Amino acid sequence: MNATPLFAQLINLFAAVILLLSFSMLAQRRVIQLINLFALQGFTLFLSTLVVAVNTGQSHLYWSAGLTLALKAMLLPWILHRLVRQLQVKSEVEPLVNIPTTMLIGIVLVMISFNVALPISQLSSAIARGTLGIALAVVMLAFLMMITRRKAITQVVGFLSMENGLFLAATSATYGMPMVVELGIALDVLVGVIILGVFFFQIRDQFDSLDIHHMERLKDN
Amino acid sequence: MDPFILMLAIPLVSGALLTVAGERAWAPNLNILASLGTFLAAAGLTAEIVASGPRFAFGEQFFIDSLNVFFVALTAFVGLTTSIFSGPYMANEAAHGRLTKPRLRLYKSMYQLFMFTMLVALTTNNLGILWVAMEAATLTTVLLVSLYRTPASLEAAWKYFILCGVGIAQALFGTILLYFAAERILGESGNALLWTHLVSAKAFLDPNIMALSFIFLLVGYGTKVGLAPLHNWLPDAHAEGPTPVSAVLSGLLLNVALYAILRCKVLADGAIHSDFAGNLMMGFGLFTLLLAAFFLSKQKDVKRMFAYSSIEHMGLITFAFGMGGAVANFAGLLHMTMHSLTKSAIFFAVGHATQKVGTQMMADIRGLIRVNPLIGWGLLLGTLAILGMPPFGVFASEFMILTHAMKHHAWATPIMLLALGVAFAAIFGKVQPMVFGETKAKRLPHAPAITPVFVHLALVLMLGLYIPPYLTRWFEEAARMLG
Amino acid sequence: MISIAALIGQVFAIVLALALAPLLTGWVNQWRAWLQNRSAPPLLQPYYTLHKLFHKDVVLAHGASPLFRFAPFIMFGCMLLACGIIPSLSTDLPFAPAADALALVGVFGLARLFISLAAMDIGTSFGTLGARREMLVGFLAEPALLIIIFTVAMIANSTSLATIVETLAYREFAIYPSLAFAGIAFTFVSFAENARVPVDNPATHLELTMIHEAMILEYSGRHLALIEWAASLKLYAYSCLGIALFFPWGIGERDNFLALVAAIPLLLLKLGIGGMLLAIIETINAKVRIFRVPEFLGTAFLLAVLGLLVRLLLEVRA
Repeated sequence: MNATPLFAQLINLFAAVILLLSFSMLAQRRVIQLINLFALQGFTLFLSTLVVAVNTGQSHLYWSAGLTLALKAMLLPWILHRLVRQLQVKSEVEPLVNIPTTMLIGIVLVMISFNVALPISQLSSAIARGTLGIALAVVMLAFLMMITRRKAITQVVGFLSMENGLFLAATSATYGMPMVVELGIALDVLVGVIILGVFFFQIRDQFDSLDIHHMERLKDN
Repeated sequence: MDPFILMLAIPLVSGALLTVAGERAWAPNLNILASLGTFLAAAGLTAEIVASGPRFAFGEQFFIDSLNVFFVALTAFVGLTTSIFSGPYMANEAAHGRLTKPRLRLYKSMYQLFMFTMLVALTTNNLGILWVAMEAATLTTVLLVSLYRTPASLEAAWKYFILCGVGIAQALFGTILLYFAAERILGESGNALLWTHLVSAKAFLDPNIMALSFIFLLVGYGTKVGLAPLHNWLPDAHAEGPTPVSAVLSGLLLNVALYAILRCKVLADGAIHSDFAGNLMMGFGLFTLLLAAFFLSKQKDVKRMFAYSSIEHMGLITFAFGMGGAVANFAGLLHMTMHSLTKSAIFFAVGHATQKVGTQMMADIRGLIRVNPLIGWGLLLGTLAILGMPPFGVFASEFMILTHAMKHHAWATPIMLLALGVAFAAIFGKVQPMVFGETKAKRLPHAPAITPVFVHLALVLMLGLYIPPYLTRWFEEAARMLG
Repeated sequence: MISIAALIGQVFAIVLALALAPLLTGWVNQWRAWLQNRSAPPLLQPYYTLHKLFHKDVVLAHGASPLFRFAPFIMFGCMLLACGIIPSLSTDLPFAPAADALALVGVFGLARLFISLAAMDIGTSFGTLGARREMLVGFLAEPALLIIIFTVAMIANSTSLATIVETLAYREFAIYPSLAFAGIAFTFVSFAENARVPVDNPATHLELTMIHEAMILEYSGRHLALIEWAASLKLYAYSCLGIALFFPWGIGERDNFLALVAAIPLLLLKLGIGGMLLAIIETINAKVRIFRVPEFLGTAFLLAVLGLLVRLLLEVRA
């Protein structure tokens, strides 16, 4: 057996947990649980970033780990919970495609992502290079979730989860993007969620529901 | 003072000012004044670059060369004319009761911030910042698309946000891969995302990673360009947002997204040593062109139709850049300019026309030439220009693209001719009865701003007949940079 | 040559399985009762039940074929064989070369096949219903179980259970995310296979959704006793398999008689904790509708595949 260092094993473990959480989000029917899973994913992301930071000793990674904890594990889930409460979203989320089918598509996506990332991760100097495939898979699964769900809020969680996947790719494969860029990305995500919050209220006022199948009128016929 | 800093500071400061001050009587004028200031600063910057070559700003974080200064000038110019147009247009909307004061304030402040994000995206040297600015440009316009708060506009804005959000996430993945490739060559310093550093090391970047990275970047930024099959947001956002927003989205945002792709293509080409990136762009471009042309004939809403026309032209331009080489790049840049000017002119005219008639349904718009001859003629001439009729500039650029394609990629020419023919028939057949025919429209409370329409059309006409030598030199230099 | 110690170990493991299996069932039932605020049945209740059933006369339905009478013995034999080849106390099992991990899945499948055939043999509607449901569960659970075993086998580079346990128990400490996935999937599969709560309810005969109990409604006397005992053995076998694959520490090495003795209290402890966890999970979950069972097992399959993929991507390349 290869003697992979402990920290690389830890990163692999966290990456695997993030992937698992992505799948559970895909299977989750309830909005509240979905947000909790998202928060958990953010927290796992924080842990993996922290492990990378401790191991490489790069100070900007500590910052981005802290940013992840504050933003993705606490602030964003809190905002989302508030929105759900204020908008009184019904707790049941109806998926468009049934869950086992979604899962099977998910598995296929994971395989594709792993295959796409394989030649690239072999070139990486970073030790936890296998995570690139997982990150891509998380992005793809989030994408799938956005396609198959009807509630606006679920789509947003999907969008944020996609961002988690991207962040995982940035930290584990390249030990983090330059600080300016990371700050910019975090700012964009935060502003995006705030704008969406405003947006939810507008949608609810217009449609009396956050179910986006009301919003299928614009078509080319 | 440095024109570059002025150019970025003016929209940022005035955006903040317009937010804080709220909707006052002088706000529309401040909006125009700020845009004028931005334009003057951009003109100063352009003059400086033309005279003394590329330069950096803020360390190496910003980089202005002949390629992006051309886009900067175009952006600032269309930004100025759109702000002039939007003055009376928005006043009319408010008088019709479609917009309240807080929404007018939102519109103006977001408009300035949108200009700011686009100028940052154009001038930054850091591909990460480029991504951040592109995303910020989406965020500033989302609320503008849903400005009317009608169900349709909310739906359009939602689609816009989600689709562009997904797209831009792909672009971020591409950027991460790019950084990943660059880090191996340039080290872990912050320089690994600076375009100027990347371009000097492009031959050493790993071709596999760069190929994958470019696919993600093309799909990601391509979503914002409106490349099929991720173009769905574009017609909705154009049709449901206020017309000035449609004009800047079509005339500017699409260009900026395409510019991002071009910058990345230079790197991908250098690393991959084959036509991979070009072929990919040609494929996407051609598919987009064809798809948009056939969707054009089904449209009933006038703004939607011209949105599809934008998609069609973006496809054509992407195809041109995909072919590569000095001539095709020149034609692509020229066509981008022509399209920006013409399409925004058309949207100005359409905006006033729909305001007059009170509907965007083409079946209900009739006899514009009697209601207001200027608007009627503006729309007619703009349509003729965008359809590529000589002597307008679009003809020149389309002609160049077609002849170049005929010479190097003969198989594509019939497809393009078919698409252009279908588009011509669809658009002209629908605009003609709108301009001529019987009408029963009323007068508007605020006189429309027709000047921008004709300024744009005059420029397009002039560039069709005669391109000044310094502009040719400038285009050529930019085209050469694209390889 | 098979050593005497190994032979003793093998016999001892089987005897222990026979003796402990009803106790494990009783232990789980006791915990379930406590968690549901009921007064618990005695810990030894399964033994009393077995004793009672063995002393009762067999009542056979009209038209029961010999298959109906043989099936309990086959099922019991299969489960006994399974307990014999799963390393519970020591990896030194003379029977082990007879069947590797894949054959183990086959042994479970054989038992399922016969009990289902027997259930249909009588021709009652409940029996057929139960048999069809049992086959549905098996059809979905077996691939998942196989993939879990593939994942573990890839780590050990062998499908022999003894080798797997030796590799996993005496390896250098390393985190295997794939094992975590496989472990969760294995939990799902064992719940389904042992007719526990989210899939089936072992405690009732009244539900229209019952699976296992529907199949054995026609059995009585010593046949029923054997089936009940076999069901206990199955639970014991699955528990031991789970322990062997995911918590193998403490299982005795070859030619080490002392380790064998030391392994017994450890095994009891692990089984005790396992049984308690089983009761807790059963209590906090509600039984799902039969139409949701494919979803439940689909998830298990998915997790197993994920484990395999993670193994391939993250852990294989050196």
